[in-house]
Amino acid sequence: MDGLSPRPGEDARTLAAGPGRVVGRAVTRIEDLPLVRGEGLFAADVNFPRQLHMRVVRAEIAHGRIVSVDAEAARAMPGVVAVWTAADVADIPLIPFRATKVRGLEPYCQPVLARDRVRYVGEPVAVVLADDAYRAEDAAETVMVELEELPVVLDAAAPPGEFAPGHDTEPTVVRKEYGDIDAAFRSAHAVVELELSVGRHSGVPLETRGAIARYDAAHDVLELHGTAKKQHWNRDEIARLLGRPPQGVHLFEGHVGGGFGVRGELYPEDLLVCAAALRLRRPIKWIEDRREHLVATNHSRQQSHRIRAAVDAEGRLLGIDDVFFHDQGAYVRTHGARVADLAAGMLPGPYRLPAYRVAGHFRLTNKTPAATYRAPGRYETTFVRERLMDAIAARLEIDPVEIRRRNLVATAEMPHARPLDALGTDVVLDSGDYEGLLDKALARFGWDAMHKELAARRAAGECVGAGLAFFVEKSGLGPSDGVRVTVDATGAVEVVSGAASVGQGVETALAQICAEALGVDYSSIRVVRGRTDRIEFGNGAHASRVTVMSGSATWQASLAVREMALECAAQLLQLSPAELTISEGVVTRADGLAGPSLTLAEIARGRGPNSPAMRGQTPGLTAERWFWSDHMAYPYGVHLAQIRIDAGTGGVTVERYLVANDIGRAINPMLVEGQIVGGLAQGLGGALLEEFRYDPSGQPLSTTLADYLIPTIAEMPEVDVLIAEDAPSPLNPLGVKGAGEGGTNGAGACIASAVDDALRRPGAITSLPLLPAHLRALLVEAP
Amino acid sequence: MSTRRIALTVNGTRHEAEAPVRQHLGDFLRGTLGLTGTHLGCEHGVCGACTVLLDGRAIRACLVLAVQAEDRAVTTVEGLAPSPEALHPLQAAFCANHGLQCGFCTPGMLTTLEEFLRDCPDPTEEEVRVAISGNLCRCTGYDSIVAATMEAARAMREAAA
Repeated sequence: MDGLSPRPGEDARTLAAGPGRVVGRAVTRIEDLPLVRGEGLFAADVNFPRQLHMRVVRAEIAHGRIVSVDAEAARAMPGVVAVWTAADVADIPLIPFRATKVRGLEPYCQPVLARDRVRYVGEPVAVVLADDAYRAEDAAETVMVELEELPVVLDAAAPPGEFAPGHDTEPTVVRKEYGDIDAAFRSAHAVVELELSVGRHSGVPLETRGAIARYDAAHDVLELHGTAKKQHWNRDEIARLLGRPPQGVHLFEGHVGGGFGVRGELYPEDLLVCAAALRLRRPIKWIEDRREHLVATNHSRQQSHRIRAAVDAEGRLLGIDDVFFHDQGAYVRTHGARVADLAAGMLPGPYRLPAYRVAGHFRLTNKTPAATYRAPGRYETTFVRERLMDAIAARLEIDPVEIRRRNLVATAEMPHARPLDALGTDVVLDSGDYEGLLDKALARFGWDAMHKELAARRAAGECVGAGLAFFVEKSGLGPSDGVRVTVDATGAVEVVSGAASVGQGVETALAQICAEALGVDYSSIRVVRGRTDRIEFGNGAHASRVTVMSGSATWQASLAVREMALECAAQLLQLSPAELTISEGVVTRADGLAGPSLTLAEIARGRGPNSPAMRGQTPGLTAERWFWSDHMAYPYGVHLAQIRIDAGTGGVTVERYLVANDIGRAINPMLVEGQIVGGLAQGLGGALLEEFRYDPSGQPLSTTLADYLIPTIAEMPEVDVLIAEDAPSPLNPLGVKGAGEGGTNGAGACIASAVDDALRRPGAITSLPLLPAHLRALLVEAP
Repeated sequence: MSTRRIALTVNGTRHEAEAPVRQHLGDFLRGTLGLTGTHLGCEHGVCGACTVLLDGRAIRACLVLAVQAEDRAVTTVEGLAPSPEALHPLQAAFCANHGLQCGFCTPGMLTTLEEFLRDCPDPTEEEVRVAISGNLCRCTGYDSIVAATMEAARAMREAAA
């Protein structure tokens, strides 16, 4: 066998149920050592001799016509090598998008430097390139940008304004529909209608963005460092936009200080450092500061919905009709209309829904452009849908748990196909026991006993309540990913993947899968990711896809190497492969009887390119496998919260929280729990603290971490995590579903439900975040 | 732009170097000395990622000028481990308890907690929570950091006994 061609039937080998030797176990991470020792390599840690520092001059008003940009003073400042405005980069096309089926969005893409207009505070207008970061910043402050103010659009639900002559601020409307929606409303026992909104917040990783470009003239290669998430797509686009072949551009990923959706998209600064490195023939370093981050890196989430549900007398959904306005900010970035599309496609969630119609108005405003943030389109629509379920329960005087039970898709209905699409794939809920997980979660939380306790506390004057939210996630977006597994002449194992890491433990998870399949120690496996120079193709790390896609490819490639090793050993030991096994990197008799053995190192040496036995064959103890998937895997779960409102301040304290999440199969339960708890912290941030606010002229008001509040430990409740494996995905050999976003998904919806309950006013909460002043006002007006 | 020659001790080693008077200690440690383990997350004193010890006390390296460290002793994350092979008990416990994901906040957490456990070797969980209430972590949700700290405190008490 040559390591490249799969044998017939080999993709049928699935991971056995139950914990394995290393899969399914809470082993420690192989990533941690350099990180705890301060030896990591984050973007700002990358330096090259002779490097210049780039500083971006950004728009200071939200919408204006550019009259002039005067950089003469800046060019004369000490250490300044160049100052560029739009005219200097007119040859670089608008930044394209990668992730939408929606046509006609091209005119709304962002230029690397503003051309005729600025459209949000923070938009790049010019760049200064200087020999020192402090000097570059000094010079940038002297660049004079003269602007003629234009009217701003700040409310996505307001009538559209003008983006440019001939183009208004509604690039498209995302529409989806199935079933007879009008008949559903005609025959309804009751119609429940709500207006709901989610505020503007985003990933805000602790490491800001950075980009370091270097042109290696000796090899004619442009290198970009500090990259994340989508290296191969970004490599191809950078090459195209700058007029180079993709083979002459390489992207490198070091350590990544949190991604959460926002990092690793192609931004203006990435192209600017690359262009400058090519033209100036010096390495160019750009490190975003925090104020820049809060106005320049993708925002997310902001939507307002007008939703109606038709229900029968038992509270069963007959139809949902939703109109929403998606606040995209000033430009369409790399995701196109993906978040609005996901919102429309995922809104029905876990419920049986005979008819559905949605119109998502994708609107531009004079704010920072928006795109994905952990659980994009689901955090928003889980809030909307679960608010709706609570409202139906209140209207029909049915218990909120019972109303959900009546509508949850049953296990017998799986796989459950909806005539809908999301991320360009048909929505087919692949597997699940929704009601079973709901029961487990309620029991674990002590739901019924808690309500008695809360009633007693209310009687004693406390403002306390509890709520829940059910969610469906999506994961494992295809179409493909490949992995090459190689054992070298010393027996060391390397996994080269087209995936990326954003700090979530990819290396450990892939190493565990490889170790399980191959029979080696996981902790000594080297996992290569995020590098275009080591593997030709890759689809990166996003959409909770790595464990599903790259994990499955790792499994298959590792099994192929195992088979190759066993066949080689069998010949040398004069046994059949079936009589052999591999453990700790040594091939021995599977029956445990004493006998000769061979190490993987010896086998690898025997398969070297100069070994006579390898004549006519592809050498090496190595295999590459590609995993394809046409459908996504859908994890699901439920959030339960118990909260207290301080009557004096309106502040919410989350007392207790449970996330129950079925992810099919946990490769490493410790990492899964870390994803869920960390994801929940972000979800709670969006529910209670985080908001990008603007004044009426479009000036951003959340430009420091003292204004944009992310949860500290003081805001984090006691969190319990129930990881369920009741419904392995039938779509991949590991049975896994992604675990990255379930902790975030239901948090806004769950907290809103609990606050309603504490206020004793069903439906009181219609928007997020729930800031103290708003709740204080609700408490004051409460009867 | 005026500079001044300063002398200071970092992780036990004496250094003399030119520092622009406006340069903050974080940039000096990272740029001039090449100690990039100290991370800059906000440069306005909120996130705590750049926390280092100045004469044994936790400070934010983004809020102290390099020239203010003249003749003083600085400990960064690179100075916590006793040797290239061994880890500080806090570092070991962070690994064992999944106290980090992306690792960007970790240096500031470790230095903050190193000072805290010297002052408070037998803390309650609540005391640990207060100790790191000025350090932001965007990945973990903090619980695992508290667990790691409790384990490190136990290990350090046992080693001292």
